Formats: sequence, C-alpha cells, structure tokens
Amino acid sequence: MTAARLRRVLLYAGLVAVGLLFIGPMYWLFSSALKESGDIYQFPPRWLPGWHFENFADAWRAAPFGDFFVNSLIVTAGGATIKLVNATLTAYAFVFLRFPYKNVIFLVMLGALMVPNNVTLIVNYITVSNLGWINTYLGLIVPSAGSVFGMFLLRQYMLTLPGDVVEAARVDGAGHLRIMWQVVLPMCKPMLVTVGIIAVVDMWNDFIWPLIVTNTVEMRTLPIGLLYLRSNEGYANWGAIMAGTVMVALPMLILFLLAQRQITRGLTGGAVKG
Amino acid sequence: MTTTTADRQGQTAGASTGGGAPTTRGRRRSRHHWRRRRKEYALFLLMISPNLLIIGTFDYWPVIYNAWLSLTRWNMLSGAPRYVGLQNYENLFSSSSFHGILLNTLTFSAAIVIGSVILGLAVALLFDQKLRGRGIVRTAAFAPHIVSGAAVATLWLFIFDPAYGLTRVVLDPFGVASPRWVNDADWAMIALIIAYLWKGLGFVAIVYLAGLQNLPEELYEAAKLDGAGTWTTFRRITLPLLSPVTFFVLVTSIIGTFQAYDMIAVLTGGGPGDATTTLSWYVYQQGFRASDAGTAAAAAMLLFVILLLVTGLQTRFVQRKVHYT
Repeated sequence: MTAARLRRVLLYAGLVAVGLLFIGPMYWLFSSALKESGDIYQFPPRWLPGWHFENFADAWRAAPFGDFFVNSLIVTAGGATIKLVNATLTAYAFVFLRFPYKNVIFLVMLGALMVPNNVTLIVNYITVSNLGWINTYLGLIVPSAGSVFGMFLLRQYMLTLPGDVVEAARVDGAGHLRIMWQVVLPMCKPMLVTVGIIAVVDMWNDFIWPLIVTNTVEMRTLPIGLLYLRSNEGYANWGAIMAGTVMVALPMLILFLLAQRQITRGLTGGAVKG
Repeated sequence: MTTTTADRQGQTAGASTGGGAPTTRGRRRSRHHWRRRRKEYALFLLMISPNLLIIGTFDYWPVIYNAWLSLTRWNMLSGAPRYVGLQNYENLFSSSSFHGILLNTLTFSAAIVIGSVILGLAVALLFDQKLRGRGIVRTAAFAPHIVSGAAVATLWLFIFDPAYGLTRVVLDPFGVASPRWVNDADWAMIALIIAYLWKGLGFVAIVYLAGLQNLPEELYEAAKLDGAGTWTTFRRITLPLLSPVTFFVLVTSIIGTFQAYDMIAVLTGGGPGDATTTLSWYVYQQGFRASDAGTAAAAAMLLFVILLLVTGLQTRFVQRKVHYT
C-alpha cells in the first residue's frame, strides 16, 4: 500500500514539475507585460503585478504595432483562405474526378513536402522580385498559398466518405461543383476546420519569408515587428518588449484554447496513423 | 483514332477510382461518354492548376534554379550569375569556419533529437497516468508549439537576462549567479537548445501519448501474467512498439532543426561570433546579408541532400517496422 502511495506522490510531483516548467514562463510573460514600468527591474520580482497597460502603450509608441496587426491579419486571412481553397479543390479533384495518371500527379505534388524552406529562399526572392512583388501583400501571400499537407489530409479524409452518397447525387444529375459544395464539403467539415486552423497558425507565425520579402517597417508582420521593437528598444525596456510579445502570441493562444482538439489532431495526425 | 487511345487512358484512370461505367456499348454512347469524360478532365485540370502552379513555381522551380545557382558566383543585385563549376562547394568544404557551422548544426540537431525523445517520452508516460489536473498541464505543455518562434524566443531572451530574468530568480536561492547565456559563446548554444526544446516538447509528448494510447492492451495483460516488472514491460514491450513514433519524432526534429530560423534570429542572430550559426542560418546570412548567392545556394543544396537522406531513411525504416499490427 505504501509503495503505491509513494508512487502516486512521485507522479503528482512530476506533474507539478512539468506544469511549472510550462506555466512558469508563460506566467512570467504575461505578468511582466502587465507590470508598472519600473517594477520590472525589481529583485526579487513582484509576482502579482495587477493590471497595468503602460507597457502596451510604450510598445505601440516604439513600433507601429497597428501596421503590424493589419499586415498580419491581411496576410493570415488571405493566405489561409487561398490555402484552404487550394487544398479543397485539389483534394476533391484527386478523389472524385477521373484523369489519366492522376495518382502520379498526386505523388509529384506530395513530393513538395520534401523541399525544405532553405532551398526555396533565394530563388523565391528572385522570382518575387522579378514579378515586382517585393514589399507587397502579393509577395507575402502567394508563395505560401499552395497547399500540400492540407491537401493530403483532406484527400485522406474524402477517401473515407461513403461513396454511395456521392454516387446517388451523381445519378440525380448533380454536377461536380454542386456535389462538392452540397454533399462532400459538409461531410468534411471537421477536417476542413483542422486544415484551416493549421493554415492560420502557419501564416501568422511565418518568420523567415516575411523577413526577407518586406523591407519597410510599415509592411512588416507581427513576428518581424517584434524583432524590430527589440532592436529599437535595445535590451532596456523589457516591459514593452514583453507587451509586444503578448500581442504576437495571444491571438494564437486564444485560437488554441478554442480549437485545441482540431489543432492537436491535425498536427499530430501524421504520426500515429501514418 | 484519338478517341480510342484517350479512352483507354481514361479507363485506366477510371479503374483506379472505381467509378465510371463500361464504355463499350456502341459508338453513339461511347462518343457521349467521351464528351463527358473530356469535360471531367478539363474540370480536373481547372481544379488542381492553381495549387499546381504555386507549388511548381515556389517549391519545385527553386530546387532546379538553386542547383544551378550553386555552380555560379553572383551578388544577387546586378549582372548575371557566372558559372564557376564546383568552386562554391570546394570553398565550403575547405573553410574551417564552415566546419564549425556543420558542427553547430549537428550539435543543435542531436541535442534536440535526444532531448525530445527522452523528455517527450517521459512527459507522455506521465500524461498517460490517471492524475488529476493532467489535462491542464497537457494544454499548457502543447501551447508553446503553436506560438510564433519569434515570440517564444523573445520571452526566453528575457528569461535568460542575467540581471532581471527568471533564471536569476531560479538560481539565486542556490547562490549561483546566472550565466550570460546568449552573450557568452560557451552558453549561447545551450540557451538556444533549452528554448527550442521548451517550444517543441509538448508536441512530442502528445505524439508519444497518442502512440501509448494506441498500444494493444492484451500484451500488457500477458506480460503481467508472466510476472514481468514495470521496467521489463517498458523495455521489452512499450519501447519497441513505440519505435515508429520515435522515428517520426526523430525525423520531424531533424527536419525542424535544419529549417530553424526564427528562434536563432531572435535569440542569438547566429552569434556570438559563429557560436550558434547553423547551416540554415548560414544560408540566410550568405544570401541576404553577404549577398553571396552562390555560396548560399551551395549550402542550401547540401542541406537539401542531408534532409533527403534522412527522409529516405524514415520511409524505409517505417515501412519495415510499422507492420506489427
């Protein structure tokens, strides 16, 4: 009995340790952002800072966070929408339409997953600059608007749909666009949500491409803006920098809390049922 | 003439979907069929072409053009790339600073892989126990994975601040002074590894947890009947059965570390000196700071080949290993 109890105590101790490891830094982030300006340089630190928003105002003054937000919203909304449409159309075509050697074409498209971003960086910069898209929304969005992983997830999902429902609609004389819109997509809703959310997270967090394709402060997205804020503020004003970090992180954290199941399923999906 | 060959092609394609009626019932019917099929082909092309165009332009074309660029010298600003053969590769391999960069990449990658597998599995085993509050901890652990790397790195930069950071708060009671972390060449890589592990650990743990929950219950009951202890069961049953998951973690960690930019950019900028410059950061530096497209492209090709080998290995290994079910 005592051995079992000891085991239980140890397990709970482990859980508390892991909890502290992950909640600690997050709490540090939010509490630092909400401190009064001078409080951040106190040691030992004040753990319950209250609700002060001067740091946010400071960050907003030091860097054009309004622009960063607008840019991030446009790039994320635009990019994720196109990605989702691309994933849907391609997946539907591969599952429900006939075409010679379509499975070969599918594999070729899937192969793009093997191309690392390092290899595409220089050439895409050259391509985008030849298109005249440097420092534009098109340049920020279009190179990332293709969908390979999302297409793959959706295709696998569509393959599991009951074929006779689609067949029945076809016999009724419905065209493919109507079948897709009224029959297939409603059945794919859970996977569409997953693919859409992953696309949103990817676009919002993207770093290296927005860094090289934009060259004025006003066109930066939030993650790059954060880098700008830090180099602007030096290492001095940690309160404002943490406030900026909260502005970058919070939208995705909220999204995660709202759609935890879809996100974990989508991101870990490739692992278990490979 | 064209109709018949195309029809046969269409039939092979149709066979793979399992759809489509037989097309051998008279000429008129077959002509009608062919018209419908041609419409279907056109629709197929219409639906996949935007995606195909983007992927072709921004994923496949870069591989080809990058391979060519790696054989040239070019400053990316003016003039045209000038062919220099394998000189960029020779320069890379003979430069001792590049050896240091390869070593950095290896250190970073190996530390993340080993750390992810050991800690990820440990945390997953913990999450697999019926403990109160594990749901909250699980959520908290996964959350950093979906937050921007730039934000996570900025947070850790503050945590690592020797004067005001959380590390001082943690180390102070033990009478230990905080190291200078990112500003000290000996500590910068360790700082990068800690922050990177923290961001990805929850993801790895959830992947392992899913693997654990998929393991067949009967095996454990049989082991219990045989009187196997916890450790033996873990070593002889859990670990081997989880090997496909471990391999997935291995490969995704390697791929992730080889493409890491945001955390390096924010935490260290590759410094101090070259202390945290990995192959991926080197590509960015050479291409966009030093304006040396040829060297950047050569380094990128090298990286691409390494990743292809890793992925190829995974495909072979997993195909062999995953068939136990």
